This record gives sequence, structure tokens and C-alpha cells, in this order.
Amino acid sequence: MNLGSLAGLLSGTIMYGTPLLYLTLGEIIGQRAGMVNLGLEGIMLVGASVAFAVSVETGNLWLGIGAAALAGAAFNLLYAYLAVSRGANQLASGLALMFFGIGISSMIGRPYVGQGTVGLQRFQLPGVTSIPGVSATMFNYDAIVYLAVPLAFLIWVALFRTRWGLSLRAVGESPSAAFAAGRRIGWIRYQAALACGLLAGIAGAHLSIALARTWTEGMTGGRGFIAVALVIFSKWHPLRAIVGALVFGGAVTLELQLQAQGVGVSPFLLNMLPYVLTLGVLLIWSGARRYSAPGALGRVYQGEE
Amino acid sequence: MSFSDVMTRISRSRWASEVARYALVLTIALLAYAVVLLLAGKDPLRALTDTASYTFGTWLGFSEVIVRMIPLLLTAIAVALPSRLGLINVGGEGQLYMGAWLATYAAITFTSLPPGLFIPLLVLFGFVGGGVWASVAGYFRARGLVNETITTLLMNYIAPLIVGFFVYGAWRSREMGASAFPQSIAFPDAARLPRFLGTRIHLGFVLAVVLLIAFWFVFEKTKWGLEMRAIGGNADAARRLGINLGLYIVIVMFIAGGIAGLAGMAEVSALHGRLRAGFSPGFGFTGFLISWLAGGSAGGMFAMSFVLAVVLSAGSLLQITQGVPYAATNVLMALILFIVLMRPKLLGRLS
Repeated sequence: MNLGSLAGLLSGTIMYGTPLLYLTLGEIIGQRAGMVNLGLEGIMLVGASVAFAVSVETGNLWLGIGAAALAGAAFNLLYAYLAVSRGANQLASGLALMFFGIGISSMIGRPYVGQGTVGLQRFQLPGVTSIPGVSATMFNYDAIVYLAVPLAFLIWVALFRTRWGLSLRAVGESPSAAFAAGRRIGWIRYQAALACGLLAGIAGAHLSIALARTWTEGMTGGRGFIAVALVIFSKWHPLRAIVGALVFGGAVTLELQLQAQGVGVSPFLLNMLPYVLTLGVLLIWSGARRYSAPGALGRVYQGEE
Repeated sequence: MSFSDVMTRISRSRWASEVARYALVLTIALLAYAVVLLLAGKDPLRALTDTASYTFGTWLGFSEVIVRMIPLLLTAIAVALPSRLGLINVGGEGQLYMGAWLATYAAITFTSLPPGLFIPLLVLFGFVGGGVWASVAGYFRARGLVNETITTLLMNYIAPLIVGFFVYGAWRSREMGASAFPQSIAFPDAARLPRFLGTRIHLGFVLAVVLLIAFWFVFEKTKWGLEMRAIGGNADAARRLGINLGLYIVIVMFIAGGIAGLAGMAEVSALHGRLRAGFSPGFGFTGFLISWLAGGSAGGMFAMSFVLAVVLSAGSLLQITQGVPYAATNVLMALILFIVLMRPKLLGRLS
């Protein structure tokens, strides 16, 4: 493998890892508050279709991303209403949201099938190319990519270094204790769900207007579920999520590069790579050390309301 | 017994109130769906009359609803069975594909068998295909490595790729005209499940109903059912009963996956006569919702799979008559779920 394809592998890993990082960070916030959300797939699809539709209509990609973030947050409010206010089963609420997202996004995106966009503008951070050994192609990304890692740090700080984060984690660990300490459990969970929806919406937007630059039905291809797996892999920690997202991004890029180079392996087998790798990573990691899942994760429906 | 006595009995029976609840859920969901159709610029009233006159007005339409019910019912049982042990199997879709895959292997390998042997063989291979696929997730869970929810979910995305690999590769049909639409070579006639009454209703329906009754019988009438509920998520209870919980989990997942595998086998053998890539439009996921909506009760699963089969049939019909995208069916399905999840007082115990 020559240096050019190595650079391609690196930049592809970062590009494909980015939406997954947003998605995983969103799910971490939700799960830290005690909510498993299997509806990420649906939120992401809604984000992707809304972002594409809005940016085609207005010609402004940032407007598209903003609309996707809002749509994602609004969409996830449905989940929060069911799982928090109505005390419904979280897994079923999530899957219902997934079905809703598949249906709604296909109706939103229908007029735009086959169209393309210019793609989110890429730029180089000043001074990067002066570092020896770094080629220009290696560091040329859009703003969403540049913001991804700082965002992970920001969420880490918010979760582990602020009172808000402490409350949120308390709600996820032991709602009754948090309640006794005067925290408003429902309100905190709604906040977490809003943040999760916002991030998943942005993830969808990045997929449709920066990566694929087109809209196709069901284009997320299970990324929502992979993100749930990566949350377990990252042990509910925002910074470890970066590693998880890069592993997935690397797998997708490797798959695409191998296909492009025409290796004699069936594309079907190569397409399995991200899923198999995610499963493998999950197995190795969880086998080595014990889980550190939030105490009340998934049990919210029996909870305090 | 007078007529009014009978009526009182019916109105007091659990069965009648269950039916009333399901009817109510369907009515509310249809109203909400009408709003979605209006927003999409379609005529909801025509959509409703089209659906009703097709599914309930014609024998063909009604028989197609029953055909749709078969994979839904089987994958629902595949979810309900492990749920009694506290296991969450969201992998019905993948198990369905693997059942179809292994059954196809049998169908195109042992081509000279007579029907009397071929059908049991297909049932066996379909069952094993889905069963082994599910027991992988069961094994990881039993060893305490990974939760079965996430493994079964991810494996849903791998199984269709395995099918695709074979359908586009080794098993691809080389017949004239077949190249445009990749599919496996055709099953021999002896490997086609029999159909009944001049419709597409096939042996899979009998399998599904028999399994549903068996499911009901085991959990209502035998000590195994009680035992499973007792040890569900309670390792201590299992130890006291002298049960190897890990093995138990793997076996239950194997049986559940096998039942979902039968759904895939029946689809390809009875309906298509070939293996096709992407032949299931998410039956396994719908099966999960059915089992969940019915609270894992046998009668409820039968009723809910009928309701959702009507929904899916309406989806294909409206796509043709009104150009409503098939994915809009997902909207209706989600609306039904939302209503049940919201648990309005009217619905009472249903959820």
C-alpha cells in the first residue's frame, strides 16, 4: 500500500467516523440518563432527509444542518414522551421511532431522489501543512469534522465536571436517589433526549450532505445500531467513543478502498466488515473487563412515575 | 340460556374486550394515518375504501393478507419465546434470512428427492439455519460477553449480505432473462411447499398455527413454561432447580431462531421458489413489534399479526393505486405502536 492510499485511508476513516461519533455521543448522553434509544436509526434518517431537502431548496447547507439538528431533537421528543412521560418500554419506543423515521424520511426525501449537492465545503486548518510529513490531502475536512473531537471533550466536561452532568448521571444510576436529592428526573431526561436527537440529526445531515452528497432511502444502513454497540464499547465514555467511531470509519474506508482497487473479494463480504468488526471489538472489549453500564439503564419504565 | 345471557357473557369475557381494544387501536391509528396521507396530498378516504374492498371484499385480497401473516406470526413467536426467559431477540430478520439461506442450500443440492422427503428436509434446514444464527447471540449472552439485544440487532445486517453473496455468486441463476434480476436457481418442484384453495396460502400457515398452539400449550399447561418464567433473569432460581442456565439460554435462542428461520424457508420455498436478495421487507422487525404489542400472548400475536398483515397489504396496494410510497406503511405501523405505547386509559390492560 503506497503513501497516497494510506492518506486516503486516514482521511476516509475520519470522514466516515465523524457522523458515527456524533451519533455515539448522543446515545452516550441518553444512556447516561438511563435511556436506551434504539431509534437512532430513525432520527438519523430524518436528519439526513431534512438536511438534504432544506439545503437543496435554500441552497444553504448550513441551514440544512441546522434544520436537521432541530428536526432530530423534535423527533426524539416523541421517544422521550413515550419512554419518560408515559413510562413505556424503551426498546419498543425506540423501534417505533425507527419505523416512523424510515417512513417519514422516505416521504420527505422522495422529491429529491437522484439529485446531488456540492457537498459541505472543506478547508484546511491554518498551519497544518507546515507540519512535516502531513500532506495537503490528509487534512482537508469540513467544519463538522473539525468540531467532532472538541465536541467529545465538551460532552466529557459537561458530563463529568459540571453539576448538570452529575445530576444527569445520578438520574441514570439511581433515579430514586436522584429524586430524593431534589433532581427533576423527567426534566433531566428530556434534556438528555433533546441533546441526543440534536446530535443524531447532525449525524444524519453530515451523512447526506457531506459524505454521500445525495439522498437515498435507508441510507444509514444500520449506523444507528452500530452506534449503540459503540456506546457499550466505549463504556459510556465520550472520549473512548472517538476510538470506537474511528474503528468503524476505518472499516468502512477499508471496505470502499478494497472495492475500488478491485480485489477479488465479493462486495457482499466486504460490506460485512463494519458489522463484523463492531461485533468483534465489542466481544473482545467486554470479555476483558466488566461492564460499567449506568445502573438504571433501560429500567426506566418501571421507574419513578 | 337466553340471548341476553349470552351477550352479557360475551361482553364480560376477556376475549371480547381484547378484540374491542385491538379494533380501537386500529381505528385511532387509521385516523392518524389519514392525516399523514392528507399532508402527502393523497385521498385518505379512497385509500381506506381501496384497502377495505381489496382485503375484505375479495377472496384473493383476503388470502393475500393471510399469506402476509405467516412470516409475521412466526417471527413474533421467535421473539415471544425467549422473552419468557427475559431474553430480547431483535434478530428475527437475520434469522429469517439464514433459514431461507440454508433451506435454499438443501433445495438446490438434493434435487432428486421426492416431495414427501423434501418438505421435512426443508423444514429441518430452515429451522437449523435460523437456529444456529440465533444461538451465536445466545452463546455470547450465556458466556456473559455481550448482551443479546445488540448482537441480534447487528447480525440482522450481516445475514442479508450472506444471502446476497450467494445469490449474486455461486447460486446465481444463469437462465435467460434472469440476469437482470439476480436470484438463485429455481427450486425443484418437489421442494415447493404446497399451497391451498387455489391461493398463495401455503403450508407455512399450518406450521405457524401449530407452533403458536404449541407455544400456548407449553406456557399455559406444562411445568416447562412455569420453569422458564421462574429462571428468567434469575440465576439463583436456575441453580436451585439444577439447570445449566447457559445451556438453557443457547437452546431457547436456537429454537426461537429456528422458528424465525422457518418463516424465511416458507417465503422462498412457497412463494418465490428461488432465493432472492432482500426478499424480506423487514418481516423480522415487524414480528418483534407484534410480539411486543401482544405482550407475548398467543391469541394477541395472532390478532396483531392479522392487523399488521392488513397494514402491509394496504401498503403494497396503495403504492399501485395511489402512488403512496411503500415506506409510508412504516408510518402507519409506527402510529399504531405510538398509540399503544402512550397507553391511553381506554386501552386499559392492553399494553
